[in-house]
Amino acid sequence: MAMTEQRVSYTLDSSLDTIDSAEEKATRIATELGFGDDEVMQISMAVREGAVNAVLHGNAYAADKKVTLAFERIGDELVVTIRDQGPGMDLSKIPNPLAPENLLKTSGRGIFLMRSFMDVVEIRPSSTGTELKLIKRVHGTSEGGKEASQ
Amino acid sequence: MTMKVGSRQIDGVTIVDCSGRITLGEGSVILRDTVRDLLSKGNKKIVLNLADVNYIDSSGIGELVSAFTTTKNQGGELKLLNLTKKVNDLLQITKLYTVFDVKDDEAAAVKSFK
Repeated sequence: MAMTEQRVSYTLDSSLDTIDSAEEKATRIATELGFGDDEVMQISMAVREGAVNAVLHGNAYAADKKVTLAFERIGDELVVTIRDQGPGMDLSKIPNPLAPENLLKTSGRGIFLMRSFMDVVEIRPSSTGTELKLIKRVHGTSEGGKEASQ
Repeated sequence: MTMKVGSRQIDGVTIVDCSGRITLGEGSVILRDTVRDLLSKGNKKIVLNLADVNYIDSSGIGELVSAFTTTKNQGGELKLLNLTKKVNDLLQITKLYTVFDVKDDEAAAVKSFK
């Protein structure tokens, strides 16, 4: 894999189609960058979950709000940035989906899956929206994700 | 590929053959409606055959949990059959593998109901 730097970004509607589109773009780009099949699946699923959060929980399907999706290769990293225009999430209210009392909840696993599949997950909420940054290193380890919430 | 389901009966147990993707939107709705329809008709011994489910997201996982608890709350049992590696891995990392009764043999799954 050549290590030249590349960036591509998209502005998308707050719709279910955006979620499928984000996943498809992630799959294509990760494949083109030379990630293995398992890593491509992990990246595409993490991006899908990020898009779900942006469309549903951030923009709440609002027609006048957009989702910005960017893929950037920086050195040996694929950096995916997803921004919404919602009110910003409260990170302190995200429950641990692995806690016994939460195991049978029907939602709340999206961020956990992102953390499981990516090397770095950064979540920056603000009053004008939430920025999510997902980083996967080429030939990176698959030993769980690290989080840097700000 | 959208999700498709088909159901069949074996010894009083309903096998629901699922294929495609269980994701936010149509896939999750189809699964939800299928299980609710079965329960409303008194079919409370349900096996979800996921052999041909090639993708599932957090919404799909939530729908499996919902199907499991809804069936249990109505006095029934819902089991999972023939997980693909991807789905198996997801249930492992979310610690749901031990919550569900997971089978890899259809005949054994049918016999396992009380």
